[in-house]
Amino acid sequence: MAASLLVALIFMSLLLGAGPVSITDSMLALVRQGSDEARFIIMELRVPRTLIAMTTGVALGLAGALLQSMTRNPLAEPGLLGVSAGSGFAVAVAILLGATNATLTTLVAQIGALVGCAVVIAATRVHGLGNDPVRLVLAGATLSGLLLALTSMMMLVDQRAADEIRFWIIGSVAGKTLGDLTSTLPSIILAIGIVAVVARPLAAMALGEKSAVGLGHHPGRVRFLVVLAVALLVGAATALAGPLIFVGLVVPFIARALAGPDIRRTLWYCLAVGPCVMLAADILSRLLVVPAELPLGVLTALIGAPVLLLIVRAGRMPSL
Amino acid sequence: MNQNAVHTLAAEQLSLAHGKTVISEGLDLTLPTSKVTAIVGPNGCGKSTLLNGLARIHKPSAGSVLLNGRDIHTLPTRTVAQRLALLPQDNTAPEGLTVSDLIRFGRQPHQGWLSAWNHDDQQAFETAVTAGDLEDLLDRPLDTLSGGQRQRAWIAMAVAQQTPLLLLDEPTSALDLGHQIEVFELIRTLSGQGKTIAMVVHDLASASRYADHMIAMKGGRVLREGSPRQVVTPELVRDLYGIHCDLIEDPATGSPLLVNVRRAH
Repeated sequence: MAASLLVALIFMSLLLGAGPVSITDSMLALVRQGSDEARFIIMELRVPRTLIAMTTGVALGLAGALLQSMTRNPLAEPGLLGVSAGSGFAVAVAILLGATNATLTTLVAQIGALVGCAVVIAATRVHGLGNDPVRLVLAGATLSGLLLALTSMMMLVDQRAADEIRFWIIGSVAGKTLGDLTSTLPSIILAIGIVAVVARPLAAMALGEKSAVGLGHHPGRVRFLVVLAVALLVGAATALAGPLIFVGLVVPFIARALAGPDIRRTLWYCLAVGPCVMLAADILSRLLVVPAELPLGVLTALIGAPVLLLIVRAGRMPSL
Repeated sequence: MNQNAVHTLAAEQLSLAHGKTVISEGLDLTLPTSKVTAIVGPNGCGKSTLLNGLARIHKPSAGSVLLNGRDIHTLPTRTVAQRLALLPQDNTAPEGLTVSDLIRFGRQPHQGWLSAWNHDDQQAFETAVTAGDLEDLLDRPLDTLSGGQRQRAWIAMAVAQQTPLLLLDEPTSALDLGHQIEVFELIRTLSGQGKTIAMVVHDLASASRYADHMIAMKGGRVLREGSPRQVVTPELVRDLYGIHCDLIEDPATGSPLLVNVRRAH
């Protein structure tokens, strides 16, 4: 069912848009017929956009599921905890300094995400923060707010950079090329490889740290690899689509509901749910205010905030 | 791995510390093969630390833990997990995890990175289910079970590891008497099947009743070691807990019973 939903969403993403191209024209363009304009819009704009939305969904979904499992906190979401903000801030600095190279941007975004992760991990060690999901999110919001303020400050410095940063920081998968996508693919593939290696020990760590050692795992190594994978994934997603919040919350939330308590199954489901959520959000962003487009970041926030409230209000936090 | 080979676990001049606080120094002991050893003592005497040390969770500050004569920290942790199973005290389970899910985790030390569930795994799983008497509970989430059932499920996970050695940290704490007996009888059954078992136990009477061998600790030192009858004396009880008592023999089992317990003045 998830697969057919995904296929349907991919077609909708290719066929629907805010622009003047009709659905019939779009279909013709897909089979290399129809007007030049339609073919350009489909092949050069919507195909990359669709692929980037799917990739971003996978990356943020996996990153959220990993972070939540490791911190045993259902609210541990890269966007809410400030990991994306760290990544976004790093990219903003890079833009200000004149970086235009996509590979460089990805790397910078990943380093920013790694620093963001380190801050989060340090925060979970602070007494009273690590075992209180909501307070950790508050700490993350503080970090995000601070980084956003710093980014705004930088935007005052340089008008050209400011325009670019402003467009990018709202979050969007529009206006990107396949080149942007391919520059992030190696690190995403590396991260998925890491996920494949850590999935089993991570599942065992849900039984408690000592149980995991008892079953022959190295929790320290696993945590290190998880942080590395999260940084690679969030950095790549941020480089592609800006610092999106809530995607890393919503995707694992749905995946967990479908997959049950085992993180291994949840991670598999994220591979399908992530693209579905991102495509749905992106399609809506094109259609809600035709002929204009709503920024994707606005839309993910609109979808994600109720989910956050749902989790927090659910009497007690689901324990992971 | 040869199940019939004798596997031994011993501490040699073992010192354990939490940061700079020394818990134990220079402990020497060997777990008797195919017997149940109970580690007893007052709160904070270092018995759980010793168990965690034996289970390679807690790294020694000096000395070593020897598994089959080799330093446990030089062995790959996965190899250790094929010989020694641990039931920690502070285990947790994600919401909705079923008994069957939990027991399957016990097979992890035997599974390759990509290897599928095989015949050996299935057999070990079924043996563990039977041992824990969990046939009717397999699909139940752990959070819906009674304390005794849940603890049996955790022990079954350790049984599925098919290790000759089993270490249990307070397996019956927070259980009522009925559930305690349920768990202790399971432990006796496993010992009857040849497992070497060490457990940290709070209750001296249960320890005397269900253990073959006893290690009494206080202040990080082993005060006395031997069969429950040798170890449990009014003097030991006074030394351990600061209370006076008399001892009688359990008419049914012959194990020592504490009676007329009162505060020492």
